[in-house]
This record gives sequence, C-alpha cells and structure tokens, in this order.
Amino acid sequence: MLNIEKLNKSYGANKALTDLDLEVKKGVIFGLLGPNGAGKTTLIRIINQIIDGDSGQIYLNGETLAPKHISQIGYLPEERGLYKKMKVWDQMLYFARLKGLSQVDAKSKIKFWLEKLEMSTWRDKKIEDLSKGMAQKVQFISTIIHNPPLLILDEPFSGFDPVNAEIIKNEILELKQNGTTVILSTHRMESVELLCDQVAMINRSKKILDGTIKQVKSSYRPEVFSITIDQNKQPIPAEWAAKQEDSSYHFTLPLSGKTPNQLLHELMEYGEIAQFREVIPSMEEIFIRQVKSTENG
Amino acid sequence: MDKIWLVIQREYLARVKKKSFLLVTLLTPLIFPAIMGVFVWIAVEEKDNQSLRIIEVIDDNDLFFLESSEQYAFSFSNLQEEEAKELVQNGERFGFLHIPNFDLKEPSGITYYGEENPSMNLISYLENNLKKKIEEQRLFESGIDPKIINEVRTKISIKSITLDDQGTETVSDATVNYAIGFLAGILIYMFIFIYGNQIMQGVIEEKSSRIVEILVSSLKPFQLMMGKILGIAAVGLTQLVIWIVLIGTLTTVVTGFLGMQMPQQQAMEMANADLGQSMPNSDIGEILQVLSGINVTEIVLCFVFYFLGGYLLYGALFAGIGSAVDAPSDAQQFMLPVTIPLIVAYMGLFVFVLNDPNSTTSFWLSIVPLTSPIAMMGRVSYGVPGLELALSMGLLILGFLATTWLAGKIYRIGILMHGTKPTYKTLWKWIKTNN
Repeated sequence: MLNIEKLNKSYGANKALTDLDLEVKKGVIFGLLGPNGAGKTTLIRIINQIIDGDSGQIYLNGETLAPKHISQIGYLPEERGLYKKMKVWDQMLYFARLKGLSQVDAKSKIKFWLEKLEMSTWRDKKIEDLSKGMAQKVQFISTIIHNPPLLILDEPFSGFDPVNAEIIKNEILELKQNGTTVILSTHRMESVELLCDQVAMINRSKKILDGTIKQVKSSYRPEVFSITIDQNKQPIPAEWAAKQEDSSYHFTLPLSGKTPNQLLHELMEYGEIAQFREVIPSMEEIFIRQVKSTENG
Repeated sequence: MDKIWLVIQREYLARVKKKSFLLVTLLTPLIFPAIMGVFVWIAVEEKDNQSLRIIEVIDDNDLFFLESSEQYAFSFSNLQEEEAKELVQNGERFGFLHIPNFDLKEPSGITYYGEENPSMNLISYLENNLKKKIEEQRLFESGIDPKIINEVRTKISIKSITLDDQGTETVSDATVNYAIGFLAGILIYMFIFIYGNQIMQGVIEEKSSRIVEILVSSLKPFQLMMGKILGIAAVGLTQLVIWIVLIGTLTTVVTGFLGMQMPQQQAMEMANADLGQSMPNSDIGEILQVLSGINVTEIVLCFVFYFLGGYLLYGALFAGIGSAVDAPSDAQQFMLPVTIPLIVAYMGLFVFVLNDPNSTTSFWLSIVPLTSPIAMMGRVSYGVPGLELALSMGLLILGFLATTWLAGKIYRIGILMHGTKPTYKTLWKWIKTNN
C-alpha cells in the first residue's frame, strides 16, 4: 500500500527524518510509535503532502505520491480543529467536498455516518455548542467520510470517554475489515497491542524498530521465565529472591544460556512446578527500553 | 480550481449569513445621514435657544460702534473698567471688551475679559468686526467714503470648461472632482483596512484552532489563502453593492420627498466648510451639468479596479501576517510595514493629490503600487492621461502578484508553526525556503 524509501527531512540544522524506510501492507493497522519530537508528525505531514521531504521516495500503491492521491488519504491530526461557528452538517459537507466528493455523494455519506453513530439530531448544531467528545466524533467522521483506502490517525482516542473510545475502536476495526489500511500514531501502548498488526518505532529521526507485534515482542524477549513451585523438596536458593505465599514460591529466572527444557528439568528437583511461563515484555516496556537505549547510545 | 471555489463559498457564506453582517450592511447607510441630521438639528436648536450674549464695551477712542448680531449684543454704558469687570463677575454681562487709545495704523492692546474662556468663534467675530471698523475709519481718514467701497465690491465666479483634443467642451468643477476623489479614496482606504483585518483574523482563527492542518491535507496552502482572500473580497463587494443600491434608493426617495438638492451634496458642504464656501454660486443645475460632464463609466471602472487591486495587494500581506503569528496581539509588530504605506497614501491623497493632481508627488503616489489604489482615485476624477493610468494599473497588477507570491511563501510555512514568535529574520528565511 505505502512504501517509503530513504526519506530525509531536515529543518535547518535539525534532522527530522534520517534515511527512513517503511513498508505498510494493504489492509493492516500499522502502529507508528515514538516519543514526542521523534519525527512522527513530520512523517505524517509528508505522507499527507502538507510538506515535502528533502530526498527519498514515497509510493502509494506503486505510484509515486502525487497531489491526485489526496482524495485517497484520510487524516486525523493530533490537534483537532473545526470551525466553531459552523454547523455539524455544513462542516462535514465542506470537508467532504474538499476531499473531492460530489455534493450528492457527500450528502448521502454524511447522512449514513450521522445515523450510524447516532448523531442525526446534532446536524444543525454549531460545533461550539457540542461537548468535546461530540466534536471529536464529528472530526472522526469528517476524516473517513470519503472512504479513503489509507487512513492516518494521530492519537485517535484522545478526548474520548471510554464508551466513545470503544465505538471509535470498533469503527476502526470495521474499516480494516473492509480493506482500509490504517496508520495509527499513538502513545497508548495498550491500544497498539490491541489494534495493530504491525509497528514501527521512530526515535531521533531514525527508525529503530519495525515488524509485526509478535516479531517485535519475540526479538525483545528477555529470556526470563516466571516460575511457581509448590511443596519444595529442597530449599530454594536465596539468590532467586523467591516470594513465599503459603506453600508456594514465586520467582523469575533467566535462561542464562540454557534451553527452557533444561531449566525446567533443573527446577523439578526443588518441588512440584505449578507454573512455568516465559515473561513477554509489553509494548510499553519495549517502547521505554528502546527509547532509553537510543538516548544513551 | 474547484477547491478554491469551495473555499470562496465557505468564506463568503460564513460571513454573509451572520446577523452582524446584515445589521452593519443595512444600518451603515442610515447611520451616516442620521448622525449628520442630528448634528444639524442640534446646531439649529442651539442657535435658537441661545440667549443673547451681551458684551460690555469700553472704547477709549470713542470711535467704534460695533453692530450686534443674533448671538452677541454690545452695550456701551460708559462704565469704568472696574465696574465693567464687576458686571462680568456677577454674570450680568457675558464679557467685556476694552479698546484702549491707539494709533489707527497700529492698533494694539485690545483686551477681552470673560468669565468663560472665549470661543474661537467669538474672538474671530470680534476681530473681524473691529478690523472692518478700523479699516473703514482709515479709509475715511484718507478721504474715501466707505460707502463707495461697499458699492465697488463685486462677487465673481469662474465657470471652467475642459477642452479635449476633439474640441468637445465639458463643464468642470474642481469641487465635484475633489468630492469624487475624496469619497473614492476614503472608501478604498477603509475597505482595505476593514477587510484586510478580516482576512488576518480568519487566518489566525484557522491556524490557532488547528483546522488548517486538516485543510492543507486536502488542498494546497496557496489555494486556501487565495480562497479566503477572494471570498472576503466577494463579501466586501456585496456590501458595497447593497450600500450603493440603498443610498441610491434613499436619495431618490428623500429628493423626491423634499424636492431638495442631493443630500450628499449638503452633507459635503457641512462636512467641509471650505468646500461649501468655495462654491457659493453653484446651484443644483450647474452641479448636475458638471456631473454629466464627468466620465462616469471611466471612474466607476477605475474605482472597481483599484478597489479590488488595492484589496488584493494588501489582502495577501494581511494573510501572510496572520499565518505567521499565533494570536492577533502578536500581529502588531508586523503591521507597521503594511499600515505605513496605507497611511502615506491616505495623507498624500489630501495633502497632494486632491489639491494638485498633476504634481510630481501626486504622479508618483498614483504610480507606486502600494499607494496607487488610494492616490490614483484622487486623480482619476480630474482625468488622467491614458498612458499613466495603464502604467499605474499594470504596476498594481505586478505588485499584487508580488505580494501574493511573498505572502504565499510565508503562509505555507507559517500556518504549521506553533508556539514560536517569528521575527522578520525568520519570515525572510521562510521566503527563501524552497518547496
């Protein structure tokens, strides 16, 4: 769907993107991660053709990115904005028309979405009279109104209460089912794990991580196991720092060059194994670790 | 192109649909005549209600008899200075004028005492009155009867006719030309300021509410900027057309109703006393003759051209400024280079152009694109050589293209910059940045 090759962008002496390569496959939800100021917004703006990169190529469905692709992309910026004095209906119509929909098309689509998200009664309300969550919904609909094959959402859940966040999450998943490719930029790692098929992490203008969630997680396995032993036959070594709870002992052990089976075998001597589970890092932990390691290195 | 059209529509409708637009558009043509009417009414009332002001006079020369007017009466009671002052203090007399003994060739030492600070009006009334008396006295002393002088005094007025190459004679009247140039210049000046500010506010609103990020993902910043400028221009034109229609209708109604001369004419006379005095003999017939001699089509076409040209030239600059700042208060520092040429043009219109439309200064003011929209209108009503007009118009178009290009460069980068206060240096950097 989207291929980026050797993309560079700098603002004066500041590098915003350095030799960035990225491949987003069709129909996936792609998590774009990175701390503030890493270059995510710059990348998103370049994909949206708001600004141009200094060098490098971007292909959308194999074609070099060009102004005609504007109607194929939907963009929800992190900082939301609507005309406060405009009515919901007019506002949506304006955005839809700017994305190239005809008057008739735009109207029927808006009607469809207003009904789908149960907002039909607001159509003549001014944005300034809506609650923040309602305005966010209007914004979300305005983003997807033209059925873009590529959707770029920057922090889509901010400003939503849990109920509405759930509605939006389901809409995103439904769009994915229908073949829409979604680039999701967010700091909320729980939504990344829940929604994304693939992630890339950017820090200090460079890509530092790329792959499916599973790939990323397995490559960041610390090779540590969490173990619970009942009825100890032998005393558990003190350096394992086991926590005792009635007759059970909980602790974690690194593989230290052994295979899991070897470790398990050794442990059987201490008692009945109640639990033997590999510790899988959360995306959050990987995120923090990666950012810290690039910061120090 | 389609997208610019969409932006124009939005900007236009968002403003025209506002109640405040309707209110301002409908009330303004009524407010000016109303204010004028109230002033006239108050002035008339005041004159009627004012009690006669009595001024005590002591003339040590025993020569001057000052004639009383509607407002001031003079009393000669042969009082002593101290007594007269006392009268003023008790409020029995409005003032006291002391004319000491002096040589008629060098009158001096005339003093006025009053409880209130005397008005300019009163002092000049007294001065004129005394001057006349002294002059009469001196004429009399040199053996000329003042009566003869009065008889000799004549009033004349010159009827001016413009001759063109074909020998066609047109009755002209500088006053009418002045009035047309004055009105057109001021209208353009006000329009640029009011609507230029609207452009700036609109850009700042879009920028600070972050709508712009969504908009520029759908269309080019330049399209957005041009759409806004043109949409607001359409609002201004709408307002102007409504005003012209309203004022036209009102004038027709009022003229028909009162059978009087045109109210604007009256208003002009009242607004500018000098103007009124300079055409004491012109009656309605002559003014109409002059008006018919003016090339209305040319003036109207020029007006529309300079109206739009000036607006577009400055509108782009206002848009550029709006895009560079986060809040209207930050815009001040960049306003100076925009307001100064406007004010120069405005002052130039009165000081140079309207008084002498063919002077060198007037010529340059009407050629340089930053001042020409206002200054040229002052010349057009008097008639301008076609070549100069073409030069001025051509330069204005070039100027408009230049400011739009400049503003486009600033706008493109400015609208996405938040939280930094730009300086002229950063603006220059943005202009130099390519792509």
